[in-house]
Amino acid sequence: MKPVDHAEASSHFIEAKAHLEFHDRRLWDLRVKRDRQAHSIPEWEELRNLASAIKEHTLSHLADYLEEFEAKAKSNGAQVHWARDASEHNQIVYDILSAHGAKTLVKSKSMLTEECDMRPFLEIRGVKVIETDLGERIQQLDDEPPSHIVVPAVHKLRGDVSEVFARTIGSEPGNNDPHYLAEAMRRDTRPYFLEAEAGMTGANFAIAETGSFVVCTNEGNADLSANVPKLHIACIGIEKIIPKFEHLAVFIRMLSRSALGSPITQYTSHFRAPRPGTELHIVLVDNGRSQRLGMKDFWYSLKCIRCGACMNTCPVYRRSGGLSYGATYSGPIGIIIDPAFDIRKYSNLPYASTLNGSCTNVCPVKINIHDQIYKWRQVMAERNQLPLVKKEAIRIIGKVLSDPRLYRAAISATGLAIERLPRFAIYNWLNPWGRQREVPEPPKQSFRSWYLENRRRQ
Amino acid sequence: MSSRDAILAAVRANQPASTPPIPAIPLFERASRSLLDEFQENLTSMGGKLAPALEAGGLDALVRALFPDAAVICSATPELRGTRPLDRGAQPAELADVDVGVVRGAFGVAETGSVWLSEEELQVNALAYLAQHLVIMLDPTRIVGNLHQAYRDPRFKTARYAVLVTGPSATADIEGVLIHGAQGVRSLTVALVPL
Repeated sequence: MKPVDHAEASSHFIEAKAHLEFHDRRLWDLRVKRDRQAHSIPEWEELRNLASAIKEHTLSHLADYLEEFEAKAKSNGAQVHWARDASEHNQIVYDILSAHGAKTLVKSKSMLTEECDMRPFLEIRGVKVIETDLGERIQQLDDEPPSHIVVPAVHKLRGDVSEVFARTIGSEPGNNDPHYLAEAMRRDTRPYFLEAEAGMTGANFAIAETGSFVVCTNEGNADLSANVPKLHIACIGIEKIIPKFEHLAVFIRMLSRSALGSPITQYTSHFRAPRPGTELHIVLVDNGRSQRLGMKDFWYSLKCIRCGACMNTCPVYRRSGGLSYGATYSGPIGIIIDPAFDIRKYSNLPYASTLNGSCTNVCPVKINIHDQIYKWRQVMAERNQLPLVKKEAIRIIGKVLSDPRLYRAAISATGLAIERLPRFAIYNWLNPWGRQREVPEPPKQSFRSWYLENRRRQ
Repeated sequence: MSSRDAILAAVRANQPASTPPIPAIPLFERASRSLLDEFQENLTSMGGKLAPALEAGGLDALVRALFPDAAVICSATPELRGTRPLDRGAQPAELADVDVGVVRGAFGVAETGSVWLSEEELQVNALAYLAQHLVIMLDPTRIVGNLHQAYRDPRFKTARYAVLVTGPSATADIEGVLIHGAQGVRSLTVALVPL
């Protein structure tokens, strides 16, 4: 498969000026709100340390905790299924649905079902799948994947949503009022909630001591999906386990504060056992996670609680849009997860970063994201996954940087080059870096020549 | 080998060996502020409202005054009669036409402005989501400081379904414009009524 070309894909995103400006501003606003919340909690840094330690402990005892979770869930009356990969997951879900004669499935947002590409699998088998998170539904109706793990349609403006709704759910063409559009969605979705034979949720956390799982939403759509139909299917990645409720407090305090800058989501819902007369099925999904757990440098990414803070703070993500990553997970967290799924397809993603470290600084579970991005670059070079141009450039830069004489010659030439070289030497197709940038004015003098001059004077 | 055993074997083979012990979680108690003030502040910031103090006529008059046009008022607590009794065995979809749902919350959380509800309080869980508006009664003496304290409540381990409700259903998925009543209730009102 051809590698995703992030730079090329983002060039289209950047062309749409109004979209780019809104996207950048909206996500930075989330980052600012996140800071305000984090700074209002004196123990914030201690919470991050605790969260990281809880996750590292749990992941290193994961098999035992999974067994504990399964045993408790079963004793609560839930049915537990295990899926090695995406296709097994999809088949299990379909089998449960068809055993119940379920033709309509209302579901809340789940990155796991996106990862498994579940919707098309069910739809060609005759199951109507209704996403009930507004952003996710917009993306479903527009036949696009989510562009952000928390705010799936953040790359769209109101006019885009209006166009999609007019085309698909019969809203008034040209009415771009967000209140009107949200109301149109509410009215379109409500009958599905009432009629669907089955509901589906993901899970933000699963708690070993009780076999419970926790879903956080602002719309209450997970609670509708789970509490109205007679069948509730919950799809849970095996890394979502934490030991006890007292640990959950640490994560709930940080999740929405990190994601949206609110103290908590409107609904934090805890599911332990089916309602009387209904069924609860839990599908525990591996899909590459157990393998990632064994990767010395990269298993830390399994600590992720999917808050999206690293995406909101990332200058590359804010200015390239989630879809340009060509993967379920985008932004800094995507860069370190996606190559573990498919190293060739996502071989270019580790370069979609300035390595500024901001992602690592805002991560509530202290994943060393920018270190991992750097390490993935090394892996790509070792595995010969670099594009030819990058490889040649790095070879030459490596030579120059390891030889002081060459370096000095190059530095004094660079100033000249920036001033004198014709623009095509910097702004050409070999160098996508130059496309949206202007080079700074070169300094009049290099540090070394300044140092020699001034030392001589003393 | 079953998928279950294959996954557990792979996890066992790959899980990192050197690990931190599970940390003890402090309660992070802060004594300084009024829990009720903090609760109200956070509830309001999340889009919830605090009802005015009860007057003569009590709860019935309060709900009537808040929702003068409501045709169907369905109460999960005997403290308020409403217009339609809530049958514990009702199918959730039967609540589709409820204008106002009323329920008594078990306790509140000051740090977030949340109220705890479970199937015990709600009778039919969907009441809190299918109704157009939700009114929760809360005893002002039953407010804990933060989520660490809240999650020590043993009812989390016994409830089939438990939810921390913090304001109405909300979305900002279209250009970040905040809209209440995305899929669930359009408004949430908390009435402070001692038990």
